[in-house]
Amino acid sequence: MDAKVNLPAGEKIKLSVHDLNFYYGGFHALKRINLDIPERKVTAFIGPSGCGKSTLLRTFNRMFELYPEQRAEGQILLDGENILERHLDVSLIRAKIGMVFQKPTPFPMSIYDNIAFGVRLFETLPRVEMDERVEWALKKAALWNEVKDKLGQSGSGLSGGQQQRLCIARGIAIKPEVLLLDEPCSALDPISTGKIEELITELKHDYTVAIVTHNMQQAARVSDYTAYMYLGDLIEFGPTSELFMKPKKKDTEDYITGRFG
Amino acid sequence: MTEKHLSTQFDAELSAISTRVLEMGGLAESQVAQAIYALVNFSGETATQVLMREEQINQMEVEIDRDLSTIIARRQPTARDLRLLIAISKTIGNLERVGDEAARIGRTVQRLINTGVSSRLRLPVGDVSFEASLATTSLRKALDAFARLDAVKALEVMKDDNQIDQEFDGLMRKLITYMMEDPRTISASIDLVFVAKAIERIGDHAKNLAEQIIYIVKGTDVRHNSLETVESIVR
Repeated sequence: MDAKVNLPAGEKIKLSVHDLNFYYGGFHALKRINLDIPERKVTAFIGPSGCGKSTLLRTFNRMFELYPEQRAEGQILLDGENILERHLDVSLIRAKIGMVFQKPTPFPMSIYDNIAFGVRLFETLPRVEMDERVEWALKKAALWNEVKDKLGQSGSGLSGGQQQRLCIARGIAIKPEVLLLDEPCSALDPISTGKIEELITELKHDYTVAIVTHNMQQAARVSDYTAYMYLGDLIEFGPTSELFMKPKKKDTEDYITGRFG
Repeated sequence: MTEKHLSTQFDAELSAISTRVLEMGGLAESQVAQAIYALVNFSGETATQVLMREEQINQMEVEIDRDLSTIIARRQPTARDLRLLIAISKTIGNLERVGDEAARIGRTVQRLINTGVSSRLRLPVGDVSFEASLATTSLRKALDAFARLDAVKALEVMKDDNQIDQEFDGLMRKLITYMMEDPRTISASIDLVFVAKAIERIGDHAKNLAEQIIYIVKGTDVRHNSLETVESIVR
C-alpha cells in the first residue's frame, strides 16, 4: 500500500524511505514502505501491536542487524545516503541516529559516565570539555537540576522518569541528527511522561525526532506528522492535525476513534 | 455513526447526547409553532406558555454542554467523534437562540393583545405564518438530517434558506405598504417586522445546524462558503 504524501513546501526531508521491505526470517513484517520524514519535526508512528511501527524504527539505525535472521530490503536515505548499504559503518550511522528504548536502560555506572560513555566512543575530549558536554546534555534533557549534585552516583538509583531522561541525555550527548524514541513513556507515570513530552518538543528545534507510541493522545500532543500502520503496511501518513481531525482513510479513522478491533 | 466503538459505554454516551440534542431541537421547533399559533389566533394564553417553556430549553443547553465536557474529558475523542461533539456544542447554541426567537414572538403577541390594536386591524399575519412554516420545516429537516447524519439533506436545508429570506423581503414590502396606507397600523406593523425578522433568524439557525452536519460527515467547515462550493463538497 502506498501512503506516501508530499510534504508541504519548506519541509526538508531528513530520512527518506523507499520501497522498504523487512523480514523476520520468513515473516514479511514491513511491506513496501515509502515515507519521507521531515527535518526538525516530530514524526509519530501509531498502530496496533504487531503493525510494524517498532520494526520500522529499528531499521532506521540498523538495530535489526544484531539478529542474523532479520533483513531489510530497499532504501533508507539519510540526507540522500542509503544507510542500508552494507559497507557503511553501523556505529557511524548510530552516531547520527540515536535511539531511546521503551524501558529505561541506564548503564551500570555513574550518571556522569552514562553520558560520557557514548561520547568517548566517537570523540576524545579534554576533561573540561567533557564536563561541559555532560552538563549540556543533561540540561537539554531537563535533568540537570535534579542530578547536578550527584553526578558520581549510579544512574540506576534514579526514578524511572529520570532514568529515561538520562537515556535521552545519553542519546543526544553524541550530537546525533536524528533521535528515535521507541515508546519512551510507556513505563512512566503521567508527570514524567509530561516532562518527556515537553522535552520532545524542545528537542525538535535541533533534531529530527521519530517516535513510536501506543498512546494515540501522545502522538496527537507531541508530533507534527503521524503515520498510521497496520499489519506491516503504511496506511496513512500526514500532518498530525489532519490525521486526528479528518483522516483520509476509513481504517485510520476506525483506529483512532476506537472502533477498530 | 453506525459502527460501534470498542467501548460500548462510549457509544451509549454519544447516542444519549445526540438524542438529547434532538429532544432539545424538537422542543425549540414546537416553541416556534406555538408562538406563531399564538400570533395567528391572538392567544395570550399560548404566548404565556411559550415564555414559560423557554427556561426549559435554556436548561437543556446547560445540561448538554455539561455532558459534552464530561465526554471530552473522559474519552478524548478524535476525528468524526470529536467533530460530532464540537458540532453539537455549536448546534445547541443555535437551538437555544431559536428558543429565544420564539419567546420574542410570544412577548410581541402579548404586547399586541395588551395594547388592544390587534383585533381591530387587519394585519398580514397569514404571510407571517407562511414564512414561519418555511422556517419550522427547515428546522425539522435539519434535525432529521442530524439524526441520520445526512449531508445531502443538510445541503437542501441550506438551499431552502434563500426562500425564507425572499419571503422575509416580500413581507417587509407588504408591511411598509400597510403602514403608508393606514398610519394607525404603524405600531402593530413594526411589531410584525420584528416577528418576521425573528422567523428569518430561525431559518438562519436551521442553516447553521445544516452546516454543522456537513462538518460532522465530511470533515470540512463549510461556513461562509457559496452554495456551489458546499455542493461540490457534499456530492
